[in-house]
Amino acid sequence: MAIFCTDQTKILIQGITGRDGSFHAKSMLGYGTNIVAGVTPGRGGQTFEGKVPVFDTVKDAVAATGAEASVIFVPPAGAAGAVFEAADAGCKLVVCITEGVPTLDMVKVMPYLAERGVRLVGPNCPGFINPGQKAKLGIMPTNIVAPGPVGLISRSGTLTYEVVDALTRAGLGQTTCLGIGGDPVIGTNFMDALQAFHADPATQALVMIGEIGGDAEERAADFVKANMKIPVVSFIAGRTAPPGKRMGHAGAIVSGGAGTAAEKKKALESAGIPVADRPADVVPLLQQIWKR
Amino acid sequence: MNIHEYQAKDLFRDAGLTVPPGGIATTVEEALSLARGLGLPVMVKSQVLAGGRGKAGGVKFCKTEDDVRTHAGNILGMDIKGHTVRKVLVTPAETIAAEFYLGMLVDRASRRVLLMASAEGGVEIEKVAVEKPEAILKHAIDPRFGLLDHEAMAVALRLDPDVKRARQLADAMQKLYKAFLAADASLAEINPFIFTDQGVGKAIDAKINLDDNALFRHPGFAALRDLDEENPSERMAREADLSFVKLDGNVGCLVNGAGLAMATMDLVQYYGGRPANFLDIGGSSNPDKVVNALRIILGDPNVEVILFNIFGGITRCDDVARGIIAATERMEIKVPIVVRLTGTNEAEARELLAKTDLVGAATMDEAVQKALELAGK
Repeated sequence: MAIFCTDQTKILIQGITGRDGSFHAKSMLGYGTNIVAGVTPGRGGQTFEGKVPVFDTVKDAVAATGAEASVIFVPPAGAAGAVFEAADAGCKLVVCITEGVPTLDMVKVMPYLAERGVRLVGPNCPGFINPGQKAKLGIMPTNIVAPGPVGLISRSGTLTYEVVDALTRAGLGQTTCLGIGGDPVIGTNFMDALQAFHADPATQALVMIGEIGGDAEERAADFVKANMKIPVVSFIAGRTAPPGKRMGHAGAIVSGGAGTAAEKKKALESAGIPVADRPADVVPLLQQIWKR
Repeated sequence: MNIHEYQAKDLFRDAGLTVPPGGIATTVEEALSLARGLGLPVMVKSQVLAGGRGKAGGVKFCKTEDDVRTHAGNILGMDIKGHTVRKVLVTPAETIAAEFYLGMLVDRASRRVLLMASAEGGVEIEKVAVEKPEAILKHAIDPRFGLLDHEAMAVALRLDPDVKRARQLADAMQKLYKAFLAADASLAEINPFIFTDQGVGKAIDAKINLDDNALFRHPGFAALRDLDEENPSERMAREADLSFVKLDGNVGCLVNGAGLAMATMDLVQYYGGRPANFLDIGGSSNPDKVVNALRIILGDPNVEVILFNIFGGITRCDDVARGIIAATERMEIKVPIVVRLTGTNEAEARELLAKTDLVGAATMDEAVQKALELAGK
């Protein structure tokens, strides 16, 4: 198993005919992801890649195909609107890839999702991939993953790939590789993801890739210490980041002396989670503490 | 994007908050004429995008015109945490009977706008948060309903039991929320919100940070950007749509992805070097973007070596290599360049690089070590 979806989950893509949407939809299809529909207003009735029906609205797509999950590739100004639409149409899982979404738009979306029991991943994230189910909801490269027992949570994109690649090369496949996104307000946070991995019996070890800003890693450390028996290792990016500067991700900022890499490392280590000094040390560290 | 106190005060006024009048001066003469117009005593306040202005001597009380001359003269041109003061706000000095802190920010944990309020006004709130966290009252605002009257009043009465003053505080909180939403802020603070001897509540300081992601729907805010406050290389990067932060080392870094870019800087430091910058070049192999990035980095005379760290992922490495080669051929570059490319088609990419002067590397660690060996050679 893995988290959030199975090979049976029916997936639709909002913005499937756009530049990014069509590019990544092809890659998702090529991997074997169960994509049943696409949505682009004004393109209803068309077919994507000769096999995926396109609808004008998410509601139409859900009614015709029974889609349960949506992956959003819509420009920033319309991204929150797309999340509302997916939730309103009954999708219980929404993955928003879009980067640059205004933070207050996401603040507005959150209670609407909570009332409807909808899980949001992102925005500004690479989504997730379940190699064992050939399910990819997002933009992660498929050639670096492999099925296996390791779960991975990250706030980053390419840094995640770096570590996933190292895991796969070391023969450590993955249940789910999840990028939760680099924005301050995101749907699924570190803690939510940890709980999901904790409930997944197939995940036998866990890698957490954090970065400066906020206190999600600290809170995750408390959860791991209190609840989890499986080996967990971590890496935190941004030790050299100057305070008060936004390091690309809107959420990656040390403010008022809080959210530093040093604080996070301390919290993680005091919870018994080893923190790698370099990305290349993550896998050896995991192998060291993982008694199989 | 951060804006000045006087600009934040304008946004506060638009939301209906009571803010003392004032004007901006760039010379002592202008400061004097403003002081005469407003009537003495006045405050002369440096306008720089840095905290701790008061502590640095950048905020002064002026009883006489001579005081204005002296203090405006000292403050204009003063350096506050690396920022040169180019303008001062001249505003009436208020009598202060009581002062409070009122602030709002986007709270990651509750995923809401969080109201923070404290009777410990006028001091650094970060300090209060550490030393006396119980002195800060918090309320997470439900975005569906806003800050309701009774919610604001409940916080206000805990700040000040005097009901007349509490009503003014509650009203100020609601207007602060209105300003926060109207500006798409990420942070808004009144520190302090004061009551005068006559019991009139006023916001005598103002701070607003704007959400960069929302600037597209506030075209008017472009005019608020103080280009003098921006590092020239950071300005070039912003105009080229690159995410860049200048640092003071000698290893210029071009990386795809923010997390990997931070990890690359960290690795440079791990091996005893110092990164010259943070730069996320994104997933594109477009030579124009690479040229822009190289121009920005090479504009820094400290840079002695360039380090590309690209995790190809879906982007094909040979495409990226072609982009880097095309870009480096279009400009004269005197410092060595180390390129680490991995992912799809990395073998082809390495073959392409082998035909150039660029130094190839297979891993992040190897690339950083090679860059540090080459720095300064």
